[in-house]
Amino acid sequence: MELNQDIFALVYLIATILFILGLKGLSSPKTAIRGNVLAMAGMAIAIGITLLNPEVKNYTIVIAGLAAGAVVGILLALKISMTAMPQLVAALHSFVGLAAVLVAIGTYFHHQETGELNTVLLLELSLGSLIGAITFTGSLVAFGKLQEILGSAPLIFKGQHFVNLLLAVAAFGLAIDFTANQHMISFLLMTGISLVLGFTLVLPIGGADMPVVVSMLNSYSGWAAAATGFTLNNNLLVTTGALVGASGAILSYIMCKAMNRSIISVIFGGFGAEAAAGGVAQTAGKGVKSASAEDAGFMLENSSKVIIVPGYGMAVAQAQHAIKELYQILHEKGVEVKFAIHPVAGRMPGHMNVLLAESDIPYDVVFEMDDINNEFSTADVVLVIGANDVINPAAKTDKTSPLYGMPILDAYKAKQIFVSKRSMKAGYAGVDNALFYYPTCSLIFGDAKATCENLVNSLKDGH
Amino acid sequence: MSPFMITVYVFVLSCFIGYHVIWGVTPALHTPLMAVTNAVSAIVVVGAILVAGSAHQTSSLVGVIGFFAVFLASINIFGGFVVTQRMLAMFKRKK
Repeated sequence: MELNQDIFALVYLIATILFILGLKGLSSPKTAIRGNVLAMAGMAIAIGITLLNPEVKNYTIVIAGLAAGAVVGILLALKISMTAMPQLVAALHSFVGLAAVLVAIGTYFHHQETGELNTVLLLELSLGSLIGAITFTGSLVAFGKLQEILGSAPLIFKGQHFVNLLLAVAAFGLAIDFTANQHMISFLLMTGISLVLGFTLVLPIGGADMPVVVSMLNSYSGWAAAATGFTLNNNLLVTTGALVGASGAILSYIMCKAMNRSIISVIFGGFGAEAAAGGVAQTAGKGVKSASAEDAGFMLENSSKVIIVPGYGMAVAQAQHAIKELYQILHEKGVEVKFAIHPVAGRMPGHMNVLLAESDIPYDVVFEMDDINNEFSTADVVLVIGANDVINPAAKTDKTSPLYGMPILDAYKAKQIFVSKRSMKAGYAGVDNALFYYPTCSLIFGDAKATCENLVNSLKDGH
Repeated sequence: MSPFMITVYVFVLSCFIGYHVIWGVTPALHTPLMAVTNAVSAIVVVGAILVAGSAHQTSSLVGVIGFFAVFLASINIFGGFVVTQRMLAMFKRKK
């Protein structure tokens, strides 16, 4: 079937609109599923019309690739646990990056054959491959750190900024040579250097900054798609890439703001390394109070308003289902229970919300920091499970603290605070938590899941 | 205006659309947002299909490159959309 170029463009425009409406649907959980379906429809339309392109002759490869990818993708998506979502997202980013590199190389060969190579195209190909390659290896490192194959500590060596700069300059130089002289070897070398650059850029970034890194790579994968759109002269790819790029950039910005860190200092890395040297030593048992689950259960039962602050420790201990039970019992006893989420709780933006939703906690009792912070002073009990740095009042009061300036959940304002904690170990940033020494704060030592289960049992025994 | 400049216009204007649409997304759905943008960025599949489909022989270099490009993008599309659907289905209101 022969179709006019404008018809292709028109159909791609429809797909673009569906993508925009799809993302818009995520403005509320009520419209989100419809949004996702719209985006799926956009993708189906885009693929469908591309298959009708007269340039597509070899359907065997295309269908085989699509089918194999569908099997792997669906299996991955159905099997992955919600706690491992950051790893999955990082892995998927790396695939987009590599696909963009392969498309750039393939497009070069294709156009070389048909003799349609020109300067603009060569430059666009270089850019597509460069961004794609950095996304690919950068995401692999992020995946390795999240999956704990690689240590989460930042890997820093002397002169690394200089090495990165040198690599970047070399990559750009080779890209210019490729554009000017069509040396294929320059293109391949540039891609190789960009692959190395992806490693050296992400390796120095510590585990605490992973939410920013994952968001940033999300952004890169979008820019890679947009660059591919430039090479193909395809506005659907350009628009969609820009949408995704903007999304990742905004998420990175939100994460940085929530940690009071500049995006520059995150990118250059090393956070956590210097802090680990301080703080930790001084924590050893000075004036903290500990409480049993029974004590806490009694207090919870007799309060009218409870705020629960979950953190990544909840996910590690898989405590979310026990928390749901706790929520249920308190709710039935007429206690008002709310959840407070700090923007950087977890290993990616919104991670805690998904985990709570998975354990069937209704989303209308889960609140973002800005929406709940003024309610802590009216709470009878705050129960902190697996969070630490995000409730450290030192961020407000202690100018010498590495956390100083970071927005926190105002848990310290509550009448009584219970913190479920495995040990007196400092938080991710390696900083002592001033909250633990408040007269209103008691620590419940033990595994988060066991503590929650004990709380549930003590509440059940009460009747 | 050259075709290249038209594309630049489209790109810049799309960044503005993205900026406004994404700020409207509720923070509670930021993880599904990442998963769905992941699936959507696999729109590079269009380029991958054009490369793979242009291969004269399935076993040629372009054929192999094209196959892997389509394969990787396809993992993202299906994986991204399905996992987003799975997550969104879990978000429920108070009964």
